[in-house]
Amino acid sequence: MENVFRSPGFDFSNELRNNFMTEKGLPLPKATSTGTTIVGCLFKDGIVLGADTRATEGPIVADKNCEKIHYITESIRCCGAGTAADTEFTTALISSNMELHGLQTGRKPRVVTAMTMLKQMLFRYQGQVGAALVLGGVDSTGPHLFTIHPHGSTDKLPYVTMGSGSLAAMAVFESGWKANMEREDALNLVKAAISAGIFNDLGSGSNVDACIITEHSTEMLRNVEMPNERVQKERDYKFRRGTTAWKKEDVRKLIVEEQVTILGPGDEMDIS
Amino acid sequence: MDHFPTNWGRPRNDAFDAYGTYPIAQRPKNDAFSAGVQHTQQPIVTGTSVLAIKYKDGIMMAADNLASYGSLARFKDIQRLHAVGDNTVIGAGGDMSDFQYIQTILDELMIDEFTSGDHQTLGPAEIHEYLSQIMYARRSKMNPLWNSLLVGGFKDGQRFLAYVDLLGTTYSASTLATGYGSYIAQPLLRKAVEGYEDVLTEEEALKIIENSMRVLYYRDARSLNKYQVATITEKGVTISESRQLETSWSFAEGIRGYGAQTQ
Repeated sequence: MENVFRSPGFDFSNELRNNFMTEKGLPLPKATSTGTTIVGCLFKDGIVLGADTRATEGPIVADKNCEKIHYITESIRCCGAGTAADTEFTTALISSNMELHGLQTGRKPRVVTAMTMLKQMLFRYQGQVGAALVLGGVDSTGPHLFTIHPHGSTDKLPYVTMGSGSLAAMAVFESGWKANMEREDALNLVKAAISAGIFNDLGSGSNVDACIITEHSTEMLRNVEMPNERVQKERDYKFRRGTTAWKKEDVRKLIVEEQVTILGPGDEMDIS
Repeated sequence: MDHFPTNWGRPRNDAFDAYGTYPIAQRPKNDAFSAGVQHTQQPIVTGTSVLAIKYKDGIMMAADNLASYGSLARFKDIQRLHAVGDNTVIGAGGDMSDFQYIQTILDELMIDEFTSGDHQTLGPAEIHEYLSQIMYARRSKMNPLWNSLLVGGFKDGQRFLAYVDLLGTTYSASTLATGYGSYIAQPLLRKAVEGYEDVLTEEEALKIIENSMRVLYYRDARSLNKYQVATITEKGVTISESRQLETSWSFAEGIRGYGAQTQ
């Protein structure tokens, strides 16, 4: 029976249902997690974002080359760690809302707007939406870099890392980050940080993606580094033509007779 | 009825072993003393990471001077690196009281070896083997020495570096780290050292270690900026005086708030 009266504050009735079901023996479904190393770094002209490309399902690699740098707007991008579905849908939703917001205000969208939308949504779900994000972009107020945790807290920093490989990546950042770096240095630092995650964390792997956002352009460098390419197989496993002997060949046309009758004005869409 | 005269009059447990079939050493003792015996459940006063690398001349190991009491930085002048003889150093993270016990055992072992008079000394490989046997035996009795130890040394022209912990796990590599160091410092150490073990000089090795200790001080909430470095070469063991770490916090100058705040 639906409860028509909605009392103010949070509604934890789903929590009651989940606990009841777990006690009865039906555990909560396991979601695909991205494992992951994601990083963001502020440099002289803007932001560099970086991510690995491995998606895991427990101990299994589900996707060897997924894209973790999501589009928010032309000059704002968001890396996502945690539950893959949550990061995908959350960033897509906020991207859509940012477009509408930009049309409504008539202004170029700002990074803090996306950050506020994301944190308010994640807080509303009390951490049940498992999205840990690195949001970065350049707008009319300058370059900005934020981290957003699943419960909705945000941090504003010049260099950030998230995901299971964040400790390895942060170690590289703490050793090498300086204020006002050049583009090449920043990109190399990000590549080194993601590589540290790829090679030292089991939840991260495969290739390095990067995205360089400046005032004038956004450059998406998909698979900028591929340190785990599969070695060419030693043997060729194709069968030589003629391996299987055949005695007789018989080709039959499936279309025996064809008659085309044009009905009405033809194939065009009827817009009368 | 117990047929064995040697069991009459001795402490017995009819519930567990009515006919005295277990050898005396394996019988569960239900005396007043055993009621008070406790097994280690959790570490109390703890040390954090220890790092070690192989370089051209030998082994370099480092550990900070902190022994924490949970989240309290209780003892800020503790030496977590211990020299065993002239050619081995052990570094310990984890429970400090168990480490002090290990130090006592090893010192007594070295004395016994000396007094046996055969002019053979125990090298790092032997110390490591001895420790791993002790650690695994204790874990099998469900009463571990709650430590993760690095054993480093130089004997007969060979460098030795290995790890042993409270479970009895052992492994050896050219870079090792315990605790948070394995997550934070190990990626840096591996990048800097792997492939260059026979080329790195002492100054270069020191820089690598110092950089890793600095990153650990930034990112490990149970660390200190005061640390010591031990160097083991063919010339012997040197444990340095406590050094201070240089840190830079200027990255935070421009930061205001955590989100939309601009002032």
